[in-house]
Amino acid sequence: MTTTREPAQVALELGPLGLDGGGTVLLSHTIRRAGLVAGDRLDVRGLAPELAVHGRAWCRAKGHGFTATPDGFTITVGRHDADRSVGAERAGHADLRRPDALAEVASPRWGLAARGALVDAATPAVRFGLDRRVDVWADEAPALYAQATAAQWDPATAIPWATACDHDPAVEDAIVQVMTYLVENETAALLVPARFLAQMHPHFREILQLLAVQLADEARHIEVFTRRARLFRDELGSSSAGGQASLQSLLDEPDYALAMFLLSVLGEGSFLSLLWFLHEHAPDAATKAVTRLAAQDEARHVAFGLAHLERHLGLEPALRERLVAAVHRRHDALADTAGLNADVFDALVVIAAGSLEPLAIARGFAAVTELVHDMDRGRRRRLQRLGFPEAEAAALSELHTRNFM
Amino acid sequence: MTTDTVILGAVAYDPKVVTIWEGFREFFAAHDLAFDFVLYSNYERQVEAHVRGDMDVAWNSPLAWLQLERIAKRLGRSAQAIAMRDSDRDLTSVIVARTGEVASLADLRGKTIAVGAGDSPQATLIPLVHLQQAGLVPGRDVEVRRFDVLLGKHGDHIGGERDAARALVAGEVAAACMIDGNHLLFAREGVLPSGSTHIVAQTAAYDHCNFSVLDDLGAAPKMKRFTELLLGMSYADPTLRPLMDLEGLRAWLPGRTEGYALLEQAIDAFGTIDGFVTEIAGR
Repeated sequence: MTTTREPAQVALELGPLGLDGGGTVLLSHTIRRAGLVAGDRLDVRGLAPELAVHGRAWCRAKGHGFTATPDGFTITVGRHDADRSVGAERAGHADLRRPDALAEVASPRWGLAARGALVDAATPAVRFGLDRRVDVWADEAPALYAQATAAQWDPATAIPWATACDHDPAVEDAIVQVMTYLVENETAALLVPARFLAQMHPHFREILQLLAVQLADEARHIEVFTRRARLFRDELGSSSAGGQASLQSLLDEPDYALAMFLLSVLGEGSFLSLLWFLHEHAPDAATKAVTRLAAQDEARHVAFGLAHLERHLGLEPALRERLVAAVHRRHDALADTAGLNADVFDALVVIAAGSLEPLAIARGFAAVTELVHDMDRGRRRRLQRLGFPEAEAAALSELHTRNFM
Repeated sequence: MTTDTVILGAVAYDPKVVTIWEGFREFFAAHDLAFDFVLYSNYERQVEAHVRGDMDVAWNSPLAWLQLERIAKRLGRSAQAIAMRDSDRDLTSVIVARTGEVASLADLRGKTIAVGAGDSPQATLIPLVHLQQAGLVPGRDVEVRRFDVLLGKHGDHIGGERDAARALVAGEVAAACMIDGNHLLFAREGVLPSGSTHIVAQTAAYDHCNFSVLDDLGAAPKMKRFTELLLGMSYADPTLRPLMDLEGLRAWLPGRTEGYALLEQAIDAFGTIDGFVTEIAGR
């Protein structure tokens, strides 16, 4: 039912404030606050000499009627200015505790708007490839983001770079080789999520933020591993075709869930074992610190990957078959490649050995063999957490790239 | 024109003109009206083409409207303004001077006044006839300095007015002429620093652009449909709103021509379009 009412009339005293000095803010604000609608009048009085000249121009531009008065002008509110908000809609809600906070599918028309903003219906659509909540969301994301921001460390101060090199030169060469390998792998760990970050609908703000911090983590890892490699040597180690082929297969995966499964759950999961192994056998304080700090960051990345995939699998069980297929596909693609750079394997043995003494090498070899088993156990555990039966988890873990990442 | 397609002529005074008319073309197409547009680089070329029959309707500046109307009259034809923007009605222009130097128009005698493009109704022709009617004949009692940005576009481009305002602030001229809305804009932008200038005179109200047709074409079914769709455009429609914002209106209104009286006085006083009208009507 509609009711008619007499046109309202409201007065606004601007004093010396001109419309060229901010007075238009008060015109718009008064019309809105007083709830003036088409046909209502706002009497504007003031002392600015150009008040009526500017009032006429402003009213014309806004579609309002204008009448000059002795000490200002009268606005007759037009029909169209309020039309600006017709069709505007809330892009969910900023507060995740509310049931209407997250949409199952984020609208292209929300564009870059903050989640919870009132979005103009005329906003041009922006297509984000990752716009389905099921594909991207993890309930743990806000907590992981808070942890991640609180745990940021400064490479300049967090690492005891002034460490002495009093270990075997062969071990230092091995450290340089392993650091070279880590930089290459961390570069892949930066680029893979970066490609998906640009496709992520900003409605899923917490995911966007978490991925962004993850990229910053990887950037820092690249920095500290490079710096550690060059601490006592000028030249870096080798990069192998097999290792790069393995990483290339990660970069080539176009599906977000599959890429994050291969990278975070299987790859970075294996890297956790590797980083703690290096921490344990590190010959100096700087190596100990860089591997520990990187491992702490990587643990968060793995936790995020698991949380996201657990939720996704719970809602879309068919994803399971796609994950299995992705592991097989990657294994087949890499079947004819060497996998792990032989220089890296040897370097790991030397680091664990601490010297080139035959008995020490035997101990180092055994430690690396145990590392590979540890990586395998970690992968199986994570696969089982995602719902894979023990035997299938073991089979899938077996197919994981020999390059570790 | 004999086809069912409404052909509109418009002057490309800014790249946004393409966006606007492409957008409106989609709107008309969605309402089963075939519509297309032809862009001209200046209004004289558009008026000439209109008289020749190259278009159904022209989006005309007020000066182009008077050119078309007078040529039509010479040829025994007629012109109608079928629609205009709500923002085309009741504009005024102002003559601005530096504070403390010029108290009234009489103080401008013997001084230099900056105007916009020579063919700008709002920044040149209407302010100058206002001066003349106040007893200051341009060229005789006051010197006129023109800022001819994009001549042929009848002042649609804001550049001439902005240059005139800058010349005033720089002390190169005693006064500058501009449309009221641009005075507000320049004051807010700081081109006219607060308190440094004041308005010496304001012209009477006048109207600006319109959609013009020749003869009785406005009554043709396709043009009646065009006008009906135009007047029915709603600012509440999110597909139209950005286009209406670009074109600077909230609603289209029926055309009216009494708002061009002031500009007619100007062109009669200065003979602004006489040569062009004679040339085109004589072909």
